[in-house]
Amino acid sequence: MRESAVTYNRLPAAELYPILGIMRASDLLHPRPEGLYCPPGDFFIDPVRPVNRALITHGHSDHARSGHRSVLATQQTLDIMGLRYGEDFADTTQAAQLGETIVLDGVSISFHPAGHVLGSAQIAVEHQGTRIVASGDYKRQKDATCAPFEPIPCDVFITEATFGLPVFRHPPDTEEIARLLKSAAQFPERSHLVGAYALGKAQRVMRLLRDAGYDRPIYIHGALARLSEYYQSQGIDLGTLEPATVEGGKQDFAGAIVVGPPSAFADRWARRFPDPISCFASGWMRIRQRAKQGGVELPLIISDHADWDELTATVKETGAEEIWVTHGREEALVRWCELEGIAARPLHLVGYEDEGD
Amino acid sequence: MNRFAELLDRLVLTPSRNGKLTLLTDYFRSVGDPDRGLALAAITGDLNIAAVKPAMLRTLVTERMDPVLFGYSYDYVGDLAETVSLVWPQTPGNIPNREPTLGEVVARLQAASRSDGPKVLSGLLDSAGISARFAIIKLVTGGLRIGVSARLAKQALADFGKVDVTEIEELWHGLSPPYTALFAWLEGKAEKPRNTAMALFRPVMLSNPVGDGDLEKLDPADYAAEWKWDGIRVQAVAEGGIRRLYSRTGDDVSGAFPDLADAMHFSATLDGELLVGDPRLATGTFSDLQQRLNRKTVTPKMQQQFPAFMRCYDVLQIGDEDLRALPFRERRCRLETFVGTLDPSRFDLSPFVDFADWQALEELRRAPPHPIIEGVMLKRWDSPYVAGRPKGPWFKWKRDPHTVDAVLMYAQRGHGKRSSFYSDYTFGVWSGGEGEEELVPVGKAYFGFTDEELKQIDKYVRDNTVERFGPVRSVRADRDNGLVLEVAFEGLNRSTRHKSGVAMRFPRISRLRWDKPANEADRIETLQALLDR
Repeated sequence: MRESAVTYNRLPAAELYPILGIMRASDLLHPRPEGLYCPPGDFFIDPVRPVNRALITHGHSDHARSGHRSVLATQQTLDIMGLRYGEDFADTTQAAQLGETIVLDGVSISFHPAGHVLGSAQIAVEHQGTRIVASGDYKRQKDATCAPFEPIPCDVFITEATFGLPVFRHPPDTEEIARLLKSAAQFPERSHLVGAYALGKAQRVMRLLRDAGYDRPIYIHGALARLSEYYQSQGIDLGTLEPATVEGGKQDFAGAIVVGPPSAFADRWARRFPDPISCFASGWMRIRQRAKQGGVELPLIISDHADWDELTATVKETGAEEIWVTHGREEALVRWCELEGIAARPLHLVGYEDEGD
Repeated sequence: MNRFAELLDRLVLTPSRNGKLTLLTDYFRSVGDPDRGLALAAITGDLNIAAVKPAMLRTLVTERMDPVLFGYSYDYVGDLAETVSLVWPQTPGNIPNREPTLGEVVARLQAASRSDGPKVLSGLLDSAGISARFAIIKLVTGGLRIGVSARLAKQALADFGKVDVTEIEELWHGLSPPYTALFAWLEGKAEKPRNTAMALFRPVMLSNPVGDGDLEKLDPADYAAEWKWDGIRVQAVAEGGIRRLYSRTGDDVSGAFPDLADAMHFSATLDGELLVGDPRLATGTFSDLQQRLNRKTVTPKMQQQFPAFMRCYDVLQIGDEDLRALPFRERRCRLETFVGTLDPSRFDLSPFVDFADWQALEELRRAPPHPIIEGVMLKRWDSPYVAGRPKGPWFKWKRDPHTVDAVLMYAQRGHGKRSSFYSDYTFGVWSGGEGEEELVPVGKAYFGFTDEELKQIDKYVRDNTVERFGPVRSVRADRDNGLVLEVAFEGLNRSTRHKSGVAMRFPRISRLRWDKPANEADRIETLQALLDR
């Protein structure tokens, strides 16, 4: 790994590191085509190709892939991978307890909640006095379906930047759900189809509906069934869920709220619903043109990623002297760090879906 | 302010007319005066905020944030009003206990002078949340672009008060924001407002198309026939020195036709067709007329090259005398005398078409003497002038549409009920020499087919997709493969915006030609020949 052009104005000069007995951060973790690699510990974080040893932050398919020899992740992430890929998704698995330290070849590793989806974790990697936190995907908004993000003090904080532009400001999710319920009351003869990613977002939307007092059955697309059942088994009450099947004819869905993966609503599947209003729960819905292009009538700005204000607040809170920015809109966050006098650089990792929210 | 902001957000993304009407009537019902009237004025374009200019927005925002970050943001969003509403820094100390109402916002903006405009605007933006900021900026920039016409807003008022939309149209030009008296009447709390303003619009009389078997039941002797001119319907009203030209739906279009408005030296209400040319010499084509349409201002050169005139076919009022109750025969006599007194370069009379029986008229209809004639009108000699579209007194009998066989090239997903269907079709015809034929798109249509046919085309599109761009798929279409669509259309205009050089008017799918090989579809020359007629 060659040094980037960014000047390290707070750390001692790099050539002094061996003498001082501390490790250069880029020797502890650096990007390789497979993903973020730790040479002394010989493991990857969220590798996009099959590797020997993988540490996984959370169960979204661009971060958690099958085919690694061994996987270390939280129990819930391992369960979710098992549901998605089958129990044999890796040769061996090990569950990480949140907050506990595991030592791999002299490198200390600990998992901490990231507040993204159920089971999601940040991974802290510490070796010879240098600590890097790879946060994976995270958010700071309250979410009843997963443990809240904990800021971990560190030397280098690796942050996502999915919504790394000052235009992305997520409103409180309760306001968004209130708009959905208002529209459902306004158009009682139509069904409301809510597009939401199958892991995390969908369950969060259902839970928000329940917290807002909505007690009718929620109809779900088949792709959501097993994950929603798993959430319920983990003590997250989603109320009565019913499959959105056609047996009863179209009239059954008049006034109903139906949740499914966004792709299903462009599909023939959606034809069973009477004059549907298409809703999409995503941070991207902040931008009107994106809603319009997607044919979304009721955009719900509900995101499992940090918005601009959360990103910048988190960067400050970790106290990190250096910020590495992974997938998303790196340039704006790097620019903001520069203005704040914090060293920052983009990592240019490939293979993570910028669009997924 | 938040209610108004929310209304704008919903309207812009709601494609269906009924959906928009529901949103508007709910808003009128749940929001009080003066906010609902001001919202109405903003939608119909009747709200004027003079001293605050949109150009100051960019300066204001870059004074408050890093210009580089603003640049990244604007590049991403692409819309200045939206970008500013999102990035405007929220200073916690500035947020008041409650957001300002629409009425307060409008009052402050209208009271602003040119010099304190920026301060007033930034103060308002500081006090509002994201949606409200967007709405404030939209008020300042004018042009809401939310897909709601003034006509639709009036329909929503009519629905809200359970009255006929023509009543709203008739009142409209005598009213001004915030329309408190209008809402009071619509809610049944007050009498209908009385109109004392001059030169008001009178709701127009409309015709029904001639349907199968209609004519057999009618006696030709009961009806007068006129050519149906393919211009735009206008109502010319001059009263007490005020002169106005109204569109069919009561929009004031005088500003676009100052040459015609200036010639209205009379006190009367005339109904007729706006055309271009000199009625004594030659009537311009629809392409000529188009040069004058949809313009806010019009240059002297344009007025000289394409002068506007009015071909009159009815008279509603002369002086103080309301003629609407008279039979058509008598109104026509009065009209003939009256038009004789007007400037002959600006006003003429729509001539009658003589015919003995329906068969004779049918032949005339099929072969009209001028390209801007699109059929014939039938008017009962004894019919009074009534607002709306009563069945019986007036008929339009249009020329048969043109048709062309074209090849499906792109399909786009629809909205609402059709959001899972590829229902908007772009089609093309062949151009290029032998061996080098290629399809050139000539139009887009999204209706004319049955639900069953929609399913078939949708399946065809999914099975023959070549590429996908968001909601659009390009469909396999070459000499050997492709779906031929018979497209019907009313006319053809020259177009500099389309590669093909032509633009269809009112295109729709008239038949699916599953039987026809793609290479037998029409060529662009067929369409060009129509243009040159």
